[in-house]
Amino acid sequence: MATTIATAAADATAVTHAARIGHVSKSFPAPGVPGGRQLVLDDITLDVAPGEFVTLLGASGCGKSTLLNLVAGLDRPSAGSIDTDGRPALMFQEHALFPWLTAGKNIELALKLRGVAKPERRHEAQRLLELVRLQGAYGKRVHELSGGMRQRVALARALAQDSRLLLMDEPFAALDAITRDVLHDELTRVWRETGLSVLFVTHNVREAVKLAQRVVLLSSRPGRIAREWTVGIPQPRRIEDAAVAELSVGITEELRGEIRRHGQH
Amino acid sequence: MASTDTGVHIKKHSSPAAGGPQDPHDLAGLEAGLDALDSVEVGRTPLRETLIRKVLPPVTAVALVLVGWQLLVWAEVAPAYKLPSPFTVWDEVTAAWRQGTLLDYIWTSVSRGLLGFLLALAIGTPLGLLVARVRFVRAAIGPILSGLQSLPSVAWVPPAVIWLGLDDSMMFAVILLGAVPSIANGLVAGIDQIPPLFLRAGRTLGATGLREARYIVMPAALPGYLAGLKQGWAFSWRSLMAAEIIASSPDLGVGLGQLLENGRNNASMSQVFLAIFLILLVGIAIDLLIFSPLERQVLRSRGLLVTR
Repeated sequence: MATTIATAAADATAVTHAARIGHVSKSFPAPGVPGGRQLVLDDITLDVAPGEFVTLLGASGCGKSTLLNLVAGLDRPSAGSIDTDGRPALMFQEHALFPWLTAGKNIELALKLRGVAKPERRHEAQRLLELVRLQGAYGKRVHELSGGMRQRVALARALAQDSRLLLMDEPFAALDAITRDVLHDELTRVWRETGLSVLFVTHNVREAVKLAQRVVLLSSRPGRIAREWTVGIPQPRRIEDAAVAELSVGITEELRGEIRRHGQH
Repeated sequence: MASTDTGVHIKKHSSPAAGGPQDPHDLAGLEAGLDALDSVEVGRTPLRETLIRKVLPPVTAVALVLVGWQLLVWAEVAPAYKLPSPFTVWDEVTAAWRQGTLLDYIWTSVSRGLLGFLLALAIGTPLGLLVARVRFVRAAIGPILSGLQSLPSVAWVPPAVIWLGLDDSMMFAVILLGAVPSIANGLVAGIDQIPPLFLRAGRTLGATGLREARYIVMPAALPGYLAGLKQGWAFSWRSLMAAEIIASSPDLGVGLGQLLENGRNNASMSQVFLAIFLILLVGIAIDLLIFSPLERQVLRSRGLLVTR
């Protein structure tokens, strides 16, 4: 069930792609060392095919959020190239909804900034809210919504960008387990309905396996691609499925191995 | 842990078609339940309760001050020309009302104050935005702007009189020098407190440059900006009163500041008291009628107002 594929193979064959990350490195000024640089990402090469769901998995400090920022265009790589089909949409761990706007107006702002004409905005915002099953939330203020509802509005706002690539930075990490589980199913449903490409960052192995077609494990300090798994388990999956559990155990072992290496020197 | 999961999984597998996340109705139902359990309903307090909790206490406080004042008058702690009774001051109010001059005094000052404030708003807002967002401008004039806030604007009255003469433009100059730094600094503080996440989210949505300022920065900074406006009004009003007391000319008409100064010249303590009360009253009224509702509205809509 768990198979490893070489990244180089994908690199050579993929012609169309939602995101192409080629030999990307990123370093930041090292704290306390004048002129020193700390390497955070080291030679990352990764392609996301159109309509593909990829999870980036790694322990703290592996630079997975840094990589996502680079793909989102919020930061520039120190070396290498990143090529995306238009500006990607980005979802954060915090909902990042604007509290001065209602749920509906948050989505309409994304539409407005995209250049959608005013008469269509309201209709489109309603459609997106229906897509995340929040048709009644149009006029609600952000603080009136639950954590799960906020993330669904945030998802609808990200979808309003009409990007072909959705980047997600641990978007469900702050939610309770029941809500998170429901949002996994919701995200899977939306992904299949929209045909989006998703690059999803998490440190939760089960979450990675449940959602993804491909799981990419990053090592820490510096972040390198350690291993990849193609997940062949048919969707819809449940977090309790034996196949999900089995693959998760294998990946967790690998992840622990990566973490242990840091304690050895 | 893995073995328990497998057990559950096998049980579920015996009826593969029924239930589970595959069933869209089931997921929708679960979601609706979670939404209902987690949502917060925000209600408004009824009018009667607002009256009892918000109006009664200050009215009581004012009544107590008036009673205490009258007691001091009865005890004759000071001669009547130094401490007039509340009734004498009230007579002064009704006399001015009958002569039709009361509203003239107030309007002369309030119209000046509000016009000056609006001018300060028009100048202070872009200035604050520039200082907050452009590093060079901030380094160049940021400290001066904060320093100006601590300079009493009455200090500007002599140069303003010399440069501009005794007319309304001199009044506006003093108001602007008092209020612009407050408004600009309030906006700078508001912008500095914007969570970086909002700016990142805005940039991801494509808000850059002027559109970022218009759709993200200004609305996000609104609470701080409003606080600056409130302070800016207070400074406008204070500066104006200082200017009116010091600079008097027949061309300027009689505002509340002049009324106070005239009272001193006439050695009429009741007129001085009248002027002080009117100045205080206008300050409180503008705050209660304009700024407080605006501030509450903004905070309530963002869920930042704690109702107790």
